[in-house]
Amino acid sequence: MIKVHIDLNLCQSHGECVAIAPDLFQLDENDFISWQEEVDDSRRADLEAAVNTCPMTAIRIEG
Amino acid sequence: MRLVIVGASLSGLRAAQAARRAGHEGELIVIGAEPHLPYTRPPLSKELLQGKQEIEDSALPVDELDVQWRLGTEATGLDRTRRRVRLQDGGEEHYDRLIIATGCRARRFDGPGAHLDGVHTLRTLEDAVALRAALASTRRLLVVGAGFIGCEVAASARSLGVEVTMVDIASHPLVPFGPALGKRWAQMHRDHGVELRLGPGLEALYGDTGSERVAGARLSDGTSVEADTVLIALGATLNTEWLTGSGLELDPGVACDPTLTSTRDPEILAAGDIASVPAALAGGARVRVEHWTTAAEHGQLAGRNALVAHDERTAHTAPPYFWTDQYDAKIQALGCPALAEHSELLELSPDGGRFVAACVQGRLVVGVVAVNAARRLAWYRRALQTPRPLTELKEALAQEDATLGSPVGAMP
Repeated sequence: MIKVHIDLNLCQSHGECVAIAPDLFQLDENDFISWQEEVDDSRRADLEAAVNTCPMTAIRIEG
Repeated sequence: MRLVIVGASLSGLRAAQAARRAGHEGELIVIGAEPHLPYTRPPLSKELLQGKQEIEDSALPVDELDVQWRLGTEATGLDRTRRRVRLQDGGEEHYDRLIIATGCRARRFDGPGAHLDGVHTLRTLEDAVALRAALASTRRLLVVGAGFIGCEVAASARSLGVEVTMVDIASHPLVPFGPALGKRWAQMHRDHGVELRLGPGLEALYGDTGSERVAGARLSDGTSVEADTVLIALGATLNTEWLTGSGLELDPGVACDPTLTSTRDPEILAAGDIASVPAALAGGARVRVEHWTTAAEHGQLAGRNALVAHDERTAHTAPPYFWTDQYDAKIQALGCPALAEHSELLELSPDGGRFVAACVQGRLVVGVVAVNAARRLAWYRRALQTPRPLTELKEALAQEDATLGSPVGAMP
């Protein structure tokens, strides 16, 4: 499993991660981010794309 | 295989990371004109200028990336026959595959008074540090150019209590968001106390007699603006001079096919601001996109594509995404709103503070602009993977139950 962290001090709700993997990342009606904190290894490519496309470099993955 | 990347900013870094992740085990060299490891530029006009972030906060994580950095030296020439990049420090780098990501630099004013103290541009970390220091003792800032950098700096300066005059020859600020919303951005800046002068251009900067310090500007309509600091925000100039004579097709960006491969040489790819790539939204014409997200996406794709043969490379298809933060507005856009003939409001919150507008050319939606509506923008991003007629988009929207609200009346 891959652990996903988002630094909420950095996140500015751009929604890049939501566009890449809408099943793993969501914005609520106030544009606050929520996400799946443990993700199967099969989704590594999506997670890496999210990490590298986040304008605030707020996403970190582990494992 | 020896992979050389010219450009050590966002695109170059993402290319290097992607190449390693995709299994590149050979040499990997990244050449950068600036002395720094890669850093992210968006905070330079906002958080860093406002004192909410420090210099080190703009560093991009480089992790344990196995790269030979050649920093603080510009590429000065490209010899495709010998597959060598010539460097300012007299050295050369041999490549098997080359990724060009040299980006842009700030365009300078070359008229009278351009040399005066107190005249700034903003592109690099050093520029931001110098401008931040200057703003601390500035009474009135003149911003020349009401694009992204100009408007963001104007907003940052206002938050610091600096008086701001902003001039632009265009009829409205933020041209890339399209013509129809321009009045809104103009009003937003005026509401925050910016003296906005639309129409006249900058003729000359002047100092007080006997002083090398800027004191004001003369505009093309004959009026003058007093200012003790001036920001020239007239857009960007491409860093492609070093490619002159290389035989690559420059249009004036590096002409590429959809896989970011240069049109004249399959061993050479381009990424970011200088890559000129066919875009579906532009009817297949080549487009250059000078925005953060495209630079990041191009870099990741170029790093992967550079490792495989031309016919195995994949295309870049995502429409442009870009944003700006000014005052309390997060303005986000998809596609090419600047191509639009008109805009149509699709969603509006009951308080009027959040909205989404479609930017329409003919029948097709070529872009979407959203204000404080990030969640909704994510929906449009999926809905607009390919250009669609406005009627079709509205039908899809009618099936959505989580919109901001139905627009009533005229454009906000």
